[in-house]
Amino acid sequence: MIRNLIIGGVLSAVFVCAALISFVWTPYDHAALDIANKLKTPNALHLLGTDHFGRDILSMIMVGARTSIAVALVAVGIGMGLGVPLGLWAAARQGTWLDELIMRGNDLVFAFPSLVIAILITAIFGAGAINAIIAIGIFNIPVFARITRGAALSLWRREFILAARVAGKSAARISVEHILPNVTNLLIVQGTIQFSLGILAEAGLSYVGLGAQPPTPSWGRMLADAQTLVSIAPHMALVPGFAIILTVLGLNLMGDGLRDYLDPRLRVARV
Amino acid sequence: MLRYTIKRLISLFISLAVASIVIFAVIEIAPGDPASFMLGMNAQPETLAALRAELGLDVPKVQRYLTWVGGMLSGDFGTSYTYRTPVMDMISDRLWVSLPLALYALVLSTALAFPAGIYAASRRGQAGDIGVMGATQLGVAVPNFWFAMMLVLIFAINLRWFAAGGFVGWDKGLWAGLHALTLPAIALALPQAAILARVMRSSLLDVLGEDFMRTARAKGLTARQALWRHGLRNALIPVLTIIGLQFSFLLAGSIIIEQVFYLPGLGRLVFQSISARDLIVVESVVMLLVFSVITVNFLVDLAYAAVDPRLRSRT
Repeated sequence: MIRNLIIGGVLSAVFVCAALISFVWTPYDHAALDIANKLKTPNALHLLGTDHFGRDILSMIMVGARTSIAVALVAVGIGMGLGVPLGLWAAARQGTWLDELIMRGNDLVFAFPSLVIAILITAIFGAGAINAIIAIGIFNIPVFARITRGAALSLWRREFILAARVAGKSAARISVEHILPNVTNLLIVQGTIQFSLGILAEAGLSYVGLGAQPPTPSWGRMLADAQTLVSIAPHMALVPGFAIILTVLGLNLMGDGLRDYLDPRLRVARV
Repeated sequence: MLRYTIKRLISLFISLAVASIVIFAVIEIAPGDPASFMLGMNAQPETLAALRAELGLDVPKVQRYLTWVGGMLSGDFGTSYTYRTPVMDMISDRLWVSLPLALYALVLSTALAFPAGIYAASRRGQAGDIGVMGATQLGVAVPNFWFAMMLVLIFAINLRWFAAGGFVGWDKGLWAGLHALTLPAIALALPQAAILARVMRSSLLDVLGEDFMRTARAKGLTARQALWRHGLRNALIPVLTIIGLQFSFLLAGSIIIEQVFYLPGLGRLVFQSISARDLIVVESVVMLLVFSVITVNFLVDLAYAAVDPRLRSRT
């Protein structure tokens, strides 16, 4: 439905814009303490209220959007950058030991509960945005490898590929010149979905203290701060919570909308 | 079927072996020596060496790996570096919280998703369907730990129906234990229920389009009868797969939820062990989780092949 695409696009755009604007302007300094004005509920001066240190929540949300988007975007980049070539390679060598190796490797990564390994990586190599990115990124690799391979396999049986082979093109050239452009739509849709999952994962990791470290604001840590104060200042939990929900919802709707828009026949396994 | 089982069994063992090597290697390259961590900065070299010998850290890596794996096979997970108690005991204590929590959440998620999915499928394109689908979109987008905080705010702090956190222990009775796990289980179940409802709906819609459903209607069954007698049974296969997969998600997902409710489960154990550099505990818990995922997937595959003979020829 085109409506999904529009609603999702607008929601996502709002948060991307908030993140971009935060580079040049925020209502207040996101790290400025103002104890006199702590725990204020939303009002005319602080549109979304202040936290237990008197920091402006709107400013923190805007800068936090930057963290969430950056982590999720790079994690999707890692997943695509490694997963797509692996998927193309496996499809080009379909049925050989190489294909088998790549796919079994994928299964293995899938078998690790992603959260557990993310916690393991960040805990052992230190908490921080970079390790969070790597942890989330690793689990995007098999996702992209699998859908790329699946789509590429059916393309390899098509006649235009046969024509390219007859023309003497190598498997590598065919993969890049003919297969890749034909799986791009699929990758865009899956990329949107993984992007939203990345935002949720980043929030979870920084909630348990393994994501971006202070003073970098992040939505997950804002929620961790809010937890002990939830009965006194519910807005501290509500605002970052809604920020996460709306962003993820927006991206998911956009993914659904894009899928229908780009190819009505396309059915990505969305579970 | 035997051939297929053997083939899958071999790949199960390879997966487990590779997984154990990966986990061991990751922990090995982790910076920080447990012995020097336990003794502090000013430890004498002799004391350090003695402790390393006592913990079995001075033998070659390969030998340590084999000891670890061999021990696990015989149910001996080694001894915790910090608590000096068998890791097995620590894990089984915590499993009594995490496992019931995951199962409880699984039951809730299924109980919620089945009616929702069936309802939506039977009213395809109508207001009820659109409502349920909208709700599942929202359910997927809600971070479960945030939802958990909201549950605490409403049901523990304002209404006082439940405790805000902690676990009373099963010796206080089944009811008290379940009561304490109710909010965490709901928080854990919600996103999974949303996913499951979507799968249930789409799987049911696929089946409703089949010829045998038309035949069922043609022989005089009402739409409702046809749905319950023929549709549901056939739609369940993909749904069961997802339920199998979800169990491991729930077990792992409980790690964060346990933090919200201060539950003494596997998640807390992992965090405590990581900060105390008690690597053998971390290693064992992670291996246990990976083992359960791989094994559940294996069982689901077998069950699937038993139901659908076409799958046996495919690898």
